[in-house]
Amino acid sequence: MAGKAGKVTDEEKQRIALDRVLKKYSKQKGALIPVLQEAQEGLGYLSEETLGYIARNTGRTLAQVYGVVTFYTQFRLEPIGRHLVRICHGTACHVGGAEDIDAAVCGHLDLDQEGGTTPDMEFTVEKVVCVGACSLAPIILVDNVAHGRLDSEKARKVIREYQKRKQGARGS
Amino acid sequence: MKKKDKVVVGLATCGIAAGGVEVMDEIARELKKRRLDVELDETGCIGCCFAEVLVDFEKEGMPRVTYGDVRPEDVPALVESHLVNGKILKEKVLLIEGRKTTEADFLKKQTRIVLGNCGILDPEDIEDYMGIGGYEGLRKALSGMTPEQVRKEVLDSGLRGRGGAGFPTGAKWNFCARAEGEDKYIVCNADEGDPGAFMDRSVLEGDPHAVLEGMIIAGYAIGATHGYIYCRAEYPLAVKRLKMAIRDATGKGFLGSDILGSGYSLDIIIKEGAGAFVCGEETALIASIEGVRGMPRPRPPFPANKGIWGMPTNINNVETLANVPWIIREGAGKFARLGTKGSKGTKVFCLTGKVRRGGLAEVAMGTTLREVIFGVGGGIKNDRPFKAVQIGGPSGGCLPAELLDTPVDYDSLPAAGAIMGSGGMVIVDDTTCMVDLAKYFLTFTQMESCGKCTPCRIGTKRMLEILTRICEGKGEPEDIERLEKLAVDIKDGSLCALGGTAPNPVLTTLRYFKDEYEAHIFDKRCPAGLCSELVTFHIDPEKCNGCTVCARNCPTGAITGEKKEPHGIDQEKCIKCRECLRRCRFDAVYTV
Ligand SMILES: Cc1cc2nc3c(=O)[nH]c(=O)nc-3n(C[C@H](O)[C@H](O)[C@H](O)COP(=O)(O)O)c2cc1C
Ligand code: FES
Repeated sequence: MAGKAGKVTDEEKQRIALDRVLKKYSKQKGALIPVLQEAQEGLGYLSEETLGYIARNTGRTLAQVYGVVTFYTQFRLEPIGRHLVRICHGTACHVGGAEDIDAAVCGHLDLDQEGGTTPDMEFTVEKVVCVGACSLAPIILVDNVAHGRLDSEKARKVIREYQKRKQGARGS
Repeated sequence: MKKKDKVVVGLATCGIAAGGVEVMDEIARELKKRRLDVELDETGCIGCCFAEVLVDFEKEGMPRVTYGDVRPEDVPALVESHLVNGKILKEKVLLIEGRKTTEADFLKKQTRIVLGNCGILDPEDIEDYMGIGGYEGLRKALSGMTPEQVRKEVLDSGLRGRGGAGFPTGAKWNFCARAEGEDKYIVCNADEGDPGAFMDRSVLEGDPHAVLEGMIIAGYAIGATHGYIYCRAEYPLAVKRLKMAIRDATGKGFLGSDILGSGYSLDIIIKEGAGAFVCGEETALIASIEGVRGMPRPRPPFPANKGIWGMPTNINNVETLANVPWIIREGAGKFARLGTKGSKGTKVFCLTGKVRRGGLAEVAMGTTLREVIFGVGGGIKNDRPFKAVQIGGPSGGCLPAELLDTPVDYDSLPAAGAIMGSGGMVIVDDTTCMVDLAKYFLTFTQMESCGKCTPCRIGTKRMLEILTRICEGKGEPEDIERLEKLAVDIKDGSLCALGGTAPNPVLTTLRYFKDEYEAHIFDKRCPAGLCSELVTFHIDPEKCNGCTVCARNCPTGAITGEKKEPHGIDQEKCIKCRECLRRCRFDAVYTV
């Protein structure tokens, strides 16, 4: 599957990275999930091509790989924004008003309540269930950094801080 | 040599969420600015999450002081007062070593075995752990005990699995030890999926070597050749600290081949979960480790006989394993003296929700709910009335105030309709709607149902639909009966405990809070004022002093009124976002 001229280098780079991951786990039995995790970490998401490549190189069918990917919520089939915002909907956060935080964040970013990615690819908003810091509920994670004891206004403020940063590190 | 003064910041996930990194940076800056030669360190979570960020000061000639609620702007004053002038800064004190403070009860009323080192040791330093007797349990087991003796010791201690089911750990080890297989696996279940439970994370982040030591002892006791730690993907810090712990323990000869010259070898690999609650279930966890969809399968065969790759496998929870080094070191008898007849030792609970002092509470089994919630937890926030405690997460139940004297143990809680579960305790006050809470849990189990068996997949969906319509004021008189019937069918028919316990939150709320269901169904009223389809918002003119905060924050401009005059809400425009209710400092906004 040669890419179009000009894009080749990017694809090649990705291929090399993917090969490295595949090699690392080639001796470990049943290591499909770590392969997918590391592939996603490097590529941001798992495209159909990536899944096909992993399937061919691990002796599985594309359907088997796709089955695994869609079973676990961690895997993404679509690219995500530069910042990943995860809103906790665990019990403590629910009791503490997670719905309102969700409404505030999604409202601020002009997304509907289900979350999603902003058109400028800056933010992806997801729901998660309990990040294990329940005493500081309600809580959100932005690029794996936790922000706790929020209310609607504080949540918007956190997002505004990230909007101000032009260049930020991408979380995993 | 004079001991160096030391400042230690609690940097577990909760400390970080409260802004611990900023505080740490500020302290470093302040120390540098004042040219103070003070060691700056980090530790895990001591469990006083209600007062994060926590900073410990150890200065020569002064007692150790833990300051709470520290914000970056507090740092200069703290450093100046404590380190420069040698004076304790009273306003920020949480605990003073050996002295009584208002919050001291939180720790004093606890019995700490599993959490004993959390928030005290540097979790990234194996020497620290070894300094307090770490890996002595392993040494004792490997040098002076046969695997049978280790299993007997654990059996005699009365330790039962802390992951939910409460199965006697020693007996489980016996099954696996006696099973035939070329390879044998020991697995640490660190999937901690129950929303509202974070004790396993705290132990992994705060004392990873204790879990590792317990796991190696368990491995020796059953004859395991390989080990896996299956850790939630949402716990990156725990994974990082586990990796370091494995590296350092291997370096010291506690792990790897021929451990401490005993001839016993074990390697341990960390597997990160990929986000599926059901993978905490043993057979699903095994499938996930094998790299396929994590769906449970019928048992028998039990994992003790046929687990990973068809080999005998023993799976234990993090907290279970963290108890093991202590038991081997201190002896089964000492452990068994704690607790009740059927439940020995301690249990860690996560106090969250509307409790005043939320955090980690480790108490002896048999302690009453009242002692945990009011003694350790300090009662309800803002002095509101206690309404219920939800124990055991999505598989557990809600217990009302009348049952506060129930002891927490493996026999009393199920008798009351709840379960020990993993130990999440979510405390709710009169502003929580019990039907909404039941709906919340069903939403969770419905979403996490793997879909393999019909009762769980479809049954939970039907229950959720009924609960949703009750909350929307569209409930029918027969709905309560329908829920009860569905609950029985789902419990009986489900393949694994996910479905088998999913109806519990509904059943206990129906048992203890039926009046709330009836208010929703017959009176179209939500007594807690939460279900938005059933409430309207109003401002009490007696209490409103016209501060305009609500009007300025109303997203739809539904609130109007002159400054210093009572305000009013236009019901046509109100979208029931609750913003005014939350913001009013005079309690003037109310729901009907
Ligand atoms: C749906 C479901 C989720 C579970 N999640 C966990 C979990 O996150 N952590 C855990 O230790 N046990 C969990 N369990 C219980 C385990 O299946 C198992 O009983 C436990 O890990 C055994 O260890 P123990 O004997 O030390 O308690 C779960 C069970 C079910 C049915
Ligand atoms: S419920 Fe949100 S962190 Fe646990």
